[in-house]
Amino acid sequence: MRDVIIVGSGPAGFTAAIYTGRAGLKPVLIASSVEVGGELMKTTEVENFPGFPEGIMGPGLMANFQEQAEKFGTEVVYDDVVSVDLAGDVKIVKTGLGETYEAKTVILATGAAYRELGIPREKELSGYGVSWCATCDGFFFRDLKIAVVGGGDSAMEEANFLTRFASKVYLIHRRDTFKASKIMVDRALNNPKIEVIYNSEVSELHGEPKLTGLTLRNTVDGSTSQLDVEGLFIAIGNDPRTELVKDQLEITAEGFIKVDGRSSKTTLPGVFACGDVIDPTYRQAITAAASGCVAALDAEHFLTNH
Amino acid sequence: MSAKNVTTASFEADVLKSTKPVMVDFWAEWCGPCRQVSPILDAIAEEYADKIEIVKVNVDNEPDLAVKYGIVSIPAMQVFQGGEVVKSIIGAKPKSVLVNDLADFLK
Repeated sequence: MRDVIIVGSGPAGFTAAIYTGRAGLKPVLIASSVEVGGELMKTTEVENFPGFPEGIMGPGLMANFQEQAEKFGTEVVYDDVVSVDLAGDVKIVKTGLGETYEAKTVILATGAAYRELGIPREKELSGYGVSWCATCDGFFFRDLKIAVVGGGDSAMEEANFLTRFASKVYLIHRRDTFKASKIMVDRALNNPKIEVIYNSEVSELHGEPKLTGLTLRNTVDGSTSQLDVEGLFIAIGNDPRTELVKDQLEITAEGFIKVDGRSSKTTLPGVFACGDVIDPTYRQAITAAASGCVAALDAEHFLTNH
Repeated sequence: MSAKNVTTASFEADVLKSTKPVMVDFWAEWCGPCRQVSPILDAIAEEYADKIEIVKVNVDNEPDLAVKYGIVSIPAMQVFQGGEVVKSIIGAKPKSVLVNDLADFLK
């Protein structure tokens, strides 16, 4: 039996792997079959991760995380976890390819999944003008008009990034103030290619086979208007990924895995959680990494005492 | 084995005139999900080498091909048979899902 299984491959998961690896625990990290590297794989320049004064590309940073984890003996498995049994002294994790892993401790670092608008035709037009990945798809909207929906840091970052390509970027937000940090909001407001449309939400998508326009609904007076755009980038936040464990662990009212105070201890002994799946507030690469470190130290401590 | 790189110049010979179905993976260096799906495509290409060929088009180097085939999101994987696009798959997906999507061509 193993000492530790880590589920997730973002900054939290790989940091937990670096620490447990250095502690000689030979962690196995189940990275997912596709989304290896987590959220940062969809970003461009990361400017605020300490230690990289020139900035670093998100995918490059995650490649570094993985290299560092593997250097200390982490076994990375490219597979998806399909079920877990966390209650007993032996934790059991099963994957999509039919493998079973057993360990004394499990560190959950499953992160968060992007949120959808929940309007008609969103799935159908996804990849045909509707996108969740500005860095992947912005390139194809050179000299075209596009829209970004959202009001947080990622919406600001995407809007600014997309002005490299698009002739015009409408930033659609359902309130009249932004949740994003001041530096990101200022950058967007000062960008001549960005026009903010406040108090509005996207209610309909138009176009066949590709997106050609939107219907916007004013959130104050309910009036509607049309906006011609060929791209719509959705950046309205994320939901913690707890489906695998929600029947076995306590989940907070906001939907995150519940942990004890500043620790990573969940409501089951030997099960620890870290990163965006426990964090309703900060959700940064650096806070996720720090949280992964906490989980590794908690797991190490648990193994010493059991 | 990694997939062959196809250019505008070689597209006709490598893709349109191929006797086997060819899946073209439109990708770019800066696209994280493209990097994620790339080893999965290599594995499929190897496993089903007698059924389908998988090649890559770098959209940075070949923007005309991307425009011609209407690519607005990558990774985009288009299957060509007899010079026509017969299947489009968009976005990085697990191997099992891709194999299922490609079932008609892997028999």
